[in-house]
Amino acid sequence: MKKKVIRYSLVAVFVGVTLFLLQRLLMPKYVDDVVEGSLISEYYNETTDHDVLFVGDCEVYENFSPIKLWQDYGVTSYIRGSAQQLIWQSYYLLEDALRYEKPKVVVFNVLSMKYDEPQKEAYNRMSLDGMRWSKSKIDAINASMCEGESFISYVFPLLRYHSRWSELNANDVKYMFSSKQISHNGYYMRVDTKAAENVPTGKALSNYQFGDNSYKYLDKMVKLCKDNDIQLVLIKAPSLYPYWYQQWDEQMKSYAERNDVQYINFLDCTKEAGIDFNKDTYDGGLHMNLDGAEKLTNYFGKWLTDKYDLKDHRNEEEYKSVYEEKIKFYEDMKLDQYNELKEYGKVVSY
Amino acid sequence: MLFTSYEFLAFIAIAFVIYYIVPKKYQWKVLLGFSYIFYALSGVKYIAYILATTISTYIVSRRIDAKYEEQSAYLAANKGKIDRTARKEYKASIKKVTWRWLVGCLVFNFGILAVIKYADFTITNFSSILHTFGANPEFGLFRFALPLGISFYTFQTMGYIIDVYRGKYKAEKNFGKVALFVSFFPQLIQGPISRFDDLAQTMFREHAYDAKQVSYGLQRIMWGYFKKVVVADRLLVAVKTLYSDASVYTGAYVLVGMILYAGQLYGDFTGGIDITIGIAEVFGIKVKENFLQPYFSKNIVEYWNRWHISLGSWFKEYLFYPISVCQPMLKLSKNSRKRFGDAVGKRIPVYIATIVVWFITGFWHGAAWNFIVWGLMNCLVILVSEELKPLYEKFHAKFPAVKPKWWYRFFCIMRTFLLMSCLRSFDCYRDVPLTFRMWGEMFTRFNPSIFVDGSLLQIGLTSSDYVVVAVAVLLFILVSNLQLIGKGNVRDQIATKPPVVRYMIYYGLFLAIIIFGAYGIGYDSSQFIYNQF
Repeated sequence: MKKKVIRYSLVAVFVGVTLFLLQRLLMPKYVDDVVEGSLISEYYNETTDHDVLFVGDCEVYENFSPIKLWQDYGVTSYIRGSAQQLIWQSYYLLEDALRYEKPKVVVFNVLSMKYDEPQKEAYNRMSLDGMRWSKSKIDAINASMCEGESFISYVFPLLRYHSRWSELNANDVKYMFSSKQISHNGYYMRVDTKAAENVPTGKALSNYQFGDNSYKYLDKMVKLCKDNDIQLVLIKAPSLYPYWYQQWDEQMKSYAERNDVQYINFLDCTKEAGIDFNKDTYDGGLHMNLDGAEKLTNYFGKWLTDKYDLKDHRNEEEYKSVYEEKIKFYEDMKLDQYNELKEYGKVVSY
Repeated sequence: MLFTSYEFLAFIAIAFVIYYIVPKKYQWKVLLGFSYIFYALSGVKYIAYILATTISTYIVSRRIDAKYEEQSAYLAANKGKIDRTARKEYKASIKKVTWRWLVGCLVFNFGILAVIKYADFTITNFSSILHTFGANPEFGLFRFALPLGISFYTFQTMGYIIDVYRGKYKAEKNFGKVALFVSFFPQLIQGPISRFDDLAQTMFREHAYDAKQVSYGLQRIMWGYFKKVVVADRLLVAVKTLYSDASVYTGAYVLVGMILYAGQLYGDFTGGIDITIGIAEVFGIKVKENFLQPYFSKNIVEYWNRWHISLGSWFKEYLFYPISVCQPMLKLSKNSRKRFGDAVGKRIPVYIATIVVWFITGFWHGAAWNFIVWGLMNCLVILVSEELKPLYEKFHAKFPAVKPKWWYRFFCIMRTFLLMSCLRSFDCYRDVPLTFRMWGEMFTRFNPSIFVDGSLLQIGLTSSDYVVVAVAVLLFILVSNLQLIGKGNVRDQIATKPPVVRYMIYYGLFLAIIIFGAYGIGYDSSQFIYNQF
């Protein structure tokens, strides 16, 4: 009997270990392609807490630089952003973050209000795979799953990524148990420039009303912040496309008034922030490049520090050494990207 | 619920645990409960159909049985009191009553199937005929959704009622047991069409947990999943592409399509049956085999004896033989012999019965002309082969060395495989004239360059996919060979290996399914092909 138990235990361990190794091998590493996929998990590497937390889609993680916010105002911040992050994902990511820290201000980019139902599985994965397991993650998965998705494939990602066996490369082995730092407190850096030209204007819509589901999660976010004594700031980042309709803007203004939260449409303050869409965007007006992001961060940082009691931590030892290292990584990447730009005429590794 | 869904695996796991936890006398009731839950998950409203068939079958089988009991009692009571003629007359009167019950039951149940499955086909064709004669009546279509497994459970229950009528066995007295026989969930998706006397032997027995039996069942389930998700679902994309546009995928593509569909259908149908048999085995129930290495058949008759055996034997037993020996046919046989001589005369009734059986086999597969023509084409090949038999025999008598040669056997296997693949294209194009045209284009639109210029990598399969399929096919051939050369059950052979080797084989198969399976996002998850029948 004892022998049998030992034998079965050994078999179980062997099966468990090999499946785990296979899963690690086959899961995408997001280091040389679609690097945005690694943003969500990087949050858990943080050793200090943050006064400002951004949640939202690419319009936050490509338009604001927490390192610049530190350098200019000594404000600690982090962006829990991911590609096409839907509002319920932002809500649950915020809920998840509150398990680790309690920021003073939460900034949410409202573009995702336009999506009332799950959109694309690939984006779901980039927003959810990196989350640590918690009730928030379970709720986020249940709220996000598209047709054909199954919960179990989030529990065992091997069931989702099994077909990657034919596209494995050296990085899949190299980063099986480690990851490459991609972001700067959630900010995805790009230094190249592509002027905004011929940006399409929005086509007329049959219905401009944001959906009930979007409002449901916005209400939840407002309540979550109020319950935790956090100031919620709704923003619309100054991205020229996807088009932000006047009717949407009015709904957000009115919602902010009704719920006593701040709302800033940065599309209305690009001049004040000094944004030049001929120079400050890397993809024709969709997202800021480093210059644009730093200008916008400086502008927003002033607004934040004027409006809220955000402490300047620059002289605090606890943060100083941590941010020195972050700044070094930031500067090194900046230099590296400029070098690539010089050598190849484009950024190739990021 | 798809066999290939995670929900189904959870469903089986829960059923398994409860089955072996409850007191043994309740085991079959657990299966009945799970079968009805399974059925309800495909649509609660469809339960009415399967219940109607079960109730009518139960009542009629009991009535027939009661009549036979009445007959036995009467004859026993009157032994020696009535003469032979009176006995005969009495028996005939009983037979008349039971026959009426039987016909009523067959009409009712085949009627349900006919209305649901064939009403729209009949209306459409009737409208077309009227249209040909200048009339333009407007008939609406019913567009009934097919209840899960209706063709399978209808045939299964009608086999049961005919057997009871024939006195092969007594009718089951317990309604629940009849209900389980009709609705046993692993069989609902795609059969096989089991016989009551086969299933009852193990279905209602009490089963103690038997590790070996459960292990064998699980192995069979895994083998089925391997065929289904690694091969069939991988080939599905390419098959869909190749049959999506006949103007583009012509010439050699037609041949490729036929071969890939042969692989897909084999993986899909035999894999599904492996899963069914494996699940039943886990519960200690023995379901008869439905396939015996069909692609190793050397001629079409042999193929049909080895492919979808339960359907073939159903038709043979309940349609072919009754037609062949019915009074009008015997009369026809007699007249034909008189008129055309013994050689031709004796073949006429057999051929008529064969044509009827194949017509209905085609119709059973689907309410569409492509299926009917497919059935009749099979029939044609069988009859032509039969007619050419003397010629083959003459050839082999002249060259006796040829028949035992491996290359001749190989030629026969390939000939049968290609012929059957060709006939199956009716199922893919779903258009009779188009299918005939594409057969022609296989030879007239000559484009063998597709085999070397990378065209076959543009149909939804990558080179890695071809490698996976090729390795899997080699594995199928190896396993089929092991079964054929008489070494018995492959699982028995694996069981004799040292534990490490044994477990590595099981785990290797499991990993192959997990890694190489064409499931999840990015793959078009597919229902079983025979689910639609």
